[in-house]
Amino acid sequence: MIDIFDILGPIMVGPSSSHTAGAVRIGRMGRTLLGCQPKTAKIHLHGSFAVTGVGHGTDRALVAGLLGMKPDDLAIPDSFELAEKQGMQFSFDEIHLKDAHPNSVLMELEGAEEGQKLQMQACSVGGGQIQVTSLNGVAVNFTGAYNTLIIQNRDDRGYIADITTTLSRARVNIANMSLSRGHRGGDALMVIETDERIPPVVLQFIREFTGILHITYYEKEDE
Amino acid sequence: MDLDSMEKILQYAQESGKAIWEIVLESDMENRMVSREASWEKMRHTWRAMVESADSYSGQRRSRSGLVGGDGQKVSDYYATHASIGGTFTAQVIAQALAMGENNACMRRIVAAPTAGSCGVMPAVLIPLWRREQIPEDRMLEALYVACAIGGVIASRASISGAAGGCQAEVGSASAMAAGALTYLQGGSAPQIGHAVAMAIKNLLGLVCDPVAGLVEVPCVKRNVAGAMNAIAAADMAVAGVESRVPVDEVIDAMGDVGRRLPVEFRETAMGGLAVTPTGRAVQQRMQQSRKRQRTLTIKDSRWKLATAPADAPAEGEA
Repeated sequence: MIDIFDILGPIMVGPSSSHTAGAVRIGRMGRTLLGCQPKTAKIHLHGSFAVTGVGHGTDRALVAGLLGMKPDDLAIPDSFELAEKQGMQFSFDEIHLKDAHPNSVLMELEGAEEGQKLQMQACSVGGGQIQVTSLNGVAVNFTGAYNTLIIQNRDDRGYIADITTTLSRARVNIANMSLSRGHRGGDALMVIETDERIPPVVLQFIREFTGILHITYYEKEDE
Repeated sequence: MDLDSMEKILQYAQESGKAIWEIVLESDMENRMVSREASWEKMRHTWRAMVESADSYSGQRRSRSGLVGGDGQKVSDYYATHASIGGTFTAQVIAQALAMGENNACMRRIVAAPTAGSCGVMPAVLIPLWRREQIPEDRMLEALYVACAIGGVIASRASISGAAGGCQAEVGSASAMAAGALTYLQGGSAPQIGHAVAMAIKNLLGLVCDPVAGLVEVPCVKRNVAGAMNAIAAADMAVAGVESRVPVDEVIDAMGDVGRRLPVEFRETAMGGLAVTPTGRAVQQRMQQSRKRQRTLTIKDSRWKLATAPADAPAEGEA
């Protein structure tokens, strides 16, 4: 069912919900999943993002998102200057991504500390809605419309049961869930979208399970 | 209730004795699982964001391409010093539609209504009327709920996206939403709101989406004026008792059908219409050259700034 505030809204900085508002959300998602403000960002634009991106401010919007801004932030047009001030280096080029949505971007992000690295591919699907399609080369599919828990774990039995039981006890309802792995017995990636927010103490609890390699949590935007 | 048929909503309004805005408010509470107050306050926030955007307009700003800016101010200056052909109110509507479209193109904060490209239509008719008639804010919010019902039905039966249905789906939908809101504010009945929506859409049926260089600038900004003026005409006709011979849901379905059959060249691809005129192509080439110049440069490279702020597109900034 249609949300009337998607009809009258979003409140956003122009000019385009897909090329500007969606781009801010993609940048912000990248920052959240990296876990910190990137020190360097290599941004590769695909399709319509590459062709009409400059005129729509897609480049500035992506950097604004990496700086933590939301789609209605009036400082979005000034994001390049702000990034320079905050010591964030970024570069743009064009890329052709196979079978990708026309409004797609691949970002390679690095934080200040050793090991803070993320490669994320995402697209803007219209009306400011986004979809993350790949993380560090592993195909995923989530939108940021829900609270999203991303867990990297050893591919072994029992993890799914442990984690879903923990969420259920914390009265967190799972809306969508997907699993993927490179090869049997290697590392696996679990993406869980939830209706309720996940309390920090629950995240910490899950983080301490043996075999959990990495946890990232994206909390959906405030109303 | 689902917002998927104007006739269903209008019928329910008559049978239950509830106002349309109330039906939409209740539907929002149910859909997003929020309280009455939360829904109402979010609508208030949306309305105030619209007014704030209108008030923050400056004729000095220019878009990234340099194609858009300053026209809203020109019309304001004109009606301040001349008796305009359509009278002051009409001139105010035109100025407001241009100003909001320019705000969007110049990366200012706007309310997509229903899209960013058509964000000027609703505020263009609502804000001047609100100021002239000194309408209480709560009544404006009721009118916005009515507009949401209309946009919701169009989105579920046809489309509100230019890429899917052409400009008729963006400015046409905005015009229909505005026509319904105006009819409500003018004291029109539920069936009259339906007729206003039908007439507004019929008048813009087939409008193509042909943006120069693919940007939300030309002709988008000025088409907001067409959508706004059309909404006023449709609302006045409806309240006067003029009826649409084709029922509103059938008109919306026709719009969806036309949109699906529009060649892809006329659906936001910049491959037809104004986008491929000699002038349209020249602008596209200029934008492409500025894109090539910035390729692979980084912020550490001083040439970056040259490339992103070419001489023909003055940098926009806070006034």
